[in-house]
Amino acid sequence: MRGVLIDAAVAPATGTAFDPDLAWQRARSVALRPEPFGALVYHFGTRKLSFLKSKTLVRVVETLADHPSATATLAACDVPEAQRATYVRALADLARSQMIERRTEGPPA
Amino acid sequence: MTAVLPSRPVRRPTGGRLIDQFEYGLDAPICLTWELTYACNLACVHCLSSSGRRDPRELTTVQAEAVIDELQRMQVFYVNIGGGEPTVRPDFWHLLDYAVGHDVGVKFSTNGIKLDEARARQLARTDYVDVQISLDGATAEVNDAVRGTGSFATATRALENLAEAGMKDVKVSVVVTRENVSQLDDFKALTDSVGAQLRITRFRPSGRGADVWDRLHPTQAQQRELYSWLLANGDDVLTGDSFFHLSAFGEALPGLNLCGAGRVVCLIDPVGDVYACPFAIHEDFLAGNVLGDGGFQRVWQGSELFADLRNPQTGGACTQCQHFDSCRGGCMAAKFFTGLPLDGPDPECVQGYGETALAARDLALVTPRSHLDHSHKGPVRGQPTLLGMPSIPPAKLCDESPLAGLDLR
Repeated sequence: MRGVLIDAAVAPATGTAFDPDLAWQRARSVALRPEPFGALVYHFGTRKLSFLKSKTLVRVVETLADHPSATATLAACDVPEAQRATYVRALADLARSQMIERRTEGPPA
Repeated sequence: MTAVLPSRPVRRPTGGRLIDQFEYGLDAPICLTWELTYACNLACVHCLSSSGRRDPRELTTVQAEAVIDELQRMQVFYVNIGGGEPTVRPDFWHLLDYAVGHDVGVKFSTNGIKLDEARARQLARTDYVDVQISLDGATAEVNDAVRGTGSFATATRALENLAEAGMKDVKVSVVVTRENVSQLDDFKALTDSVGAQLRITRFRPSGRGADVWDRLHPTQAQQRELYSWLLANGDDVLTGDSFFHLSAFGEALPGLNLCGAGRVVCLIDPVGDVYACPFAIHEDFLAGNVLGDGGFQRVWQGSELFADLRNPQTGGACTQCQHFDSCRGGCMAAKFFTGLPLDGPDPECVQGYGETALAARDLALVTPRSHLDHSHKGPVRGQPTLLGMPSIPPAKLCDESPLAGLDLR
């Protein structure tokens, strides 16, 4: 989806490859705005918009930083096994558009 | 109003496509248009806001800062600032810095009048600001007929100043008309030559646009050309998602094919009035004022008008059409200001239903006019004149027709 009435195109596919077993976090220049269906995601650096289409996905993105890996985050947020692949794809999209980024410091104990 | 809008029902569904979610509205706009002033040095024949003279009730600097504070609280990350000509406000540059300093990014539209070399350098140094120069012809001849003598030179000089200063991602914004639709490749070449990006948007019969719409809106054949051009070039060209009515030709255009009025966008006008969309400055689409109790947030979240708009259309002729899912019935403002019902076809419906609907209008129908008109009252330097269409009315009726004013009954 491009434009979204405001000409702020959705981010190009230039970001990082996504490995769900690594530690991730919401990018530091990204803000989430809660919406009834999930959240609007805005990157202050690239000025790109994206949308999170479920409240669970919002919780996943917000709590990535609290867990040692994306996979662990999905488990902690009670994402059903059958939906894990969909969530991993969504996170991979967010990584590509730089909305989430690798976390280098160790995970919380 | 309530007679033509779908009655408010229904609960927002869970899940599904984003576009379906957007029909139920958002807690805050994705972006909004904020016209800072009705004052303008130009007198473009198709001005959507009938701008020209400053409104004495224009928001003060302090009031405008309070609006920005509120947008920051609501996490509106991006505003389109326009007018009128916003840069003629003496506090324009201050408000720009104030917005950027409060996490509200700005894209502002200008005819370029104030963008000299110094301002261009200042803008190039400011992160988080986009500049959009308006141009309605790829040649001075076509542009100046609509925007006024000298306006092409002003705009291209501003573009050169910005390029010289190293300003990135400058936009050139074109309203597509019958006169310039054949110049799309030329516009692309022009913007490429100064490293800018082309943005084209749909011409609506709003403001003074209503006076010239019959003459300037693209013909059916031109709409087909435009559609093909967008399919071929759409990835490099911004459209503000304004051409979704063309999606009924077949393949959907990139972007959000949906009327966002009151759902994901709105307009704040220079006096703080909030309208459903920038093309809908009319009392029927006035939701409230930012100076009222509860400010903009109360208007956005609490207005009955916006609640009515936040529904999928379920009735009306268009919902029976096989293309309805592509075009969603088109543009609300285009229908309204041509006197068509809001649940019927767009006047430029590419399946031809709009022309039929226009032809079927009551001959006595008076199309709705905005209650506001800030047009210059006297002549303006470089006043545009469309050939065969004097923009200044004849001084005496008989200047137009030797029989005018005669009572022949």
